[in-house]
Amino acid sequence: MASEAATPQAVLPAHKAAVESSSTWRRSDRVGLVVCWLLGLLFCAIAASIVIFMLVQGVKYLRPSLLVTSPSAGFVESQTGGFLDPLIGTVVVALLGMAIALPLGVTIAVWLSEYGRPFSLARAVESMIEMLAGIPDIVLALFGLLLFSSPVLGFLSRTSGHVVYGRSFFAAGAMLSLVALPLIVGSTREGLQAIPTHLREASLAVGKTRFATIRRVLLPSARPSVITGAMLGLGRIIGDTAIIVVLLGATLTLNQAGSAPVLNVLKGTGSTLTSFIYQNAPTGENNQPTKAYAAAFVLLLVVLALNMCVDLIGRRGKVATWSS
Amino acid sequence: MQEEPFAEQRSHWWSDKRAELTLGAVVCTALAGLAAMLVFVVVQGWPSFAHNGLAWFGSGGSVDEQIKAMFLSGEAGAHYVYTFHAWPLIWSTILIVGGATALSLVCSLFVAVFAVEFAPHWMKQILQPVVRLLASVPSVIYGLIGVLALVPFIGNHLISEHDKASVSHIISLSGYSLIAGVLILTVMIAPLMISIFADGLRSVPRHWLEASLALGVNRWRTFWKVGVRAARPALVAGTVLAVARALGEAVMLAMVTGSVGFAPNPFDGGIFLFEPSRPLAPTIIQNIEGLSSPPLKQTMFAIASVLLVSAMLFSLAGWAAKQPLKRYGAA
Repeated sequence: MASEAATPQAVLPAHKAAVESSSTWRRSDRVGLVVCWLLGLLFCAIAASIVIFMLVQGVKYLRPSLLVTSPSAGFVESQTGGFLDPLIGTVVVALLGMAIALPLGVTIAVWLSEYGRPFSLARAVESMIEMLAGIPDIVLALFGLLLFSSPVLGFLSRTSGHVVYGRSFFAAGAMLSLVALPLIVGSTREGLQAIPTHLREASLAVGKTRFATIRRVLLPSARPSVITGAMLGLGRIIGDTAIIVVLLGATLTLNQAGSAPVLNVLKGTGSTLTSFIYQNAPTGENNQPTKAYAAAFVLLLVVLALNMCVDLIGRRGKVATWSS
Repeated sequence: MQEEPFAEQRSHWWSDKRAELTLGAVVCTALAGLAAMLVFVVVQGWPSFAHNGLAWFGSGGSVDEQIKAMFLSGEAGAHYVYTFHAWPLIWSTILIVGGATALSLVCSLFVAVFAVEFAPHWMKQILQPVVRLLASVPSVIYGLIGVLALVPFIGNHLISEHDKASVSHIISLSGYSLIAGVLILTVMIAPLMISIFADGLRSVPRHWLEASLALGVNRWRTFWKVGVRAARPALVAGTVLAVARALGEAVMLAMVTGSVGFAPNPFDGGIFLFEPSRPLAPTIIQNIEGLSSPPLKQTMFAIASVLLVSAMLFSLAGWAAKQPLKRYGAA
């Protein structure tokens, strides 16, 4: 529905007019085209069935009361409560992760695109980001456990005697920021590189320093890309399970550590929607599938909302890209 | 506008040189942190490799019992047992990741070609959000759907009672199976492949295709012989990156593959698709409560370092494969 003129197909009207009919093709080619159609429709069907399945299950099992009650131990549906704590946990983890990933990601992207001076260093950083995107999250989780149970970082999680527990919102947020980092760097960098050179030159010509140019000219005009990257990263953070299960502990409720008002939650353990679903699936420890369905429905809604935001920003700025 | 004098005033704090150095320092720290991670994980896992040698990758005995023995020896505290032969886990990883990649490669190629060239405009408008949606569904939701819909379906309708009885003395077939893992993993990695393939196909210079069309070759042949061939780097890159993603998938596979340290045997015939197993990554997530036992912890880090090194190599290879694409202005 979006601006017809902006799509690459419409740029080449001549090509569109010259399309031949597939009826002149050989049979094998036509079979190929049919396969294309079938697979395309299959993917649409899979996506539709996932959404509809979750919608049906969600409507069946989601009650408003689930959103405001804490989980509790029990064997029957009526005893196990809702998922207030996982909801709070998801928000906390998302905020913490973005608080680390966004500044760091934008910094790296700016450096790569605007400075990147020792060329070898820039190349190393580039490939490192690329590798970071490929590191399995379960490995990040194990590394996080190692890192945060070292005595030096003991102040970030629960300690008893000399043993550092190593599991806390801080730990999970820090590791999750690494999951979001490549997406933010990639998107921001793309945005910065798409800015025409004359904009930079104009700013430099009126006497701004390079850093002032970056801050006042380049970053504001790259804002849609930064936000897109942040949204994609946020979606990845919210959807990640392995890091949460390993680094946030297996407690379903928020378990505070210490007595400082906000820090006690951040230093404590808890759960998020993803770990709640994991624990409540038939393969998990709690095995309450109806609760898992309800939580999964909420999670899917959040992810879909983020997706739509990315789409809106992409449509407003430029033609939406395929890479997600 | 009003902030402008303020910015000028601060400019001597944020002098250009200092800004560049600060940014560079942040970048270097991030770089060093990542390098440290690689070293730490491998060092932590080293004792497991050192005790087993190359037999670590071989087969022998039951993996699940070895893990149990390790855990118990660590709790007892006296003599740590390190014996570990990971072959069933590695074999399961190879089967599931390989199967999903092969299936996904074929599907994604056709869908990408369709989405770039042959689909009518309205279909393109639908396919793009669909691919994005499939890419952004969290793996735990895929796992949940798998475990509550696909696994019971396989268990009740695809495996006959006769099949179940024929292998009941070795393993019980309940629907948690290789095929469930492969199918869901295919859907999970296909969006990544489709998006990279489509970017590559779209960046093929239009006049190359037009030259072929002008010679009288039909659109289908032109696109496959010229377009797809020119986009080969993107095909390699997409495939390799998808393999890296698939290798690290832990949660979904932990939920649907059955979590048995069993090596499915292709010589069992078609039923081998329905045999349960457990790849490397889910092994870690399922033994996370046992990390208090030192030998088990070191073994888990050994598994993690195998995953880390292979995933890093795959993503580097994917990045390298993408470079030639930059020649004609894409990537």
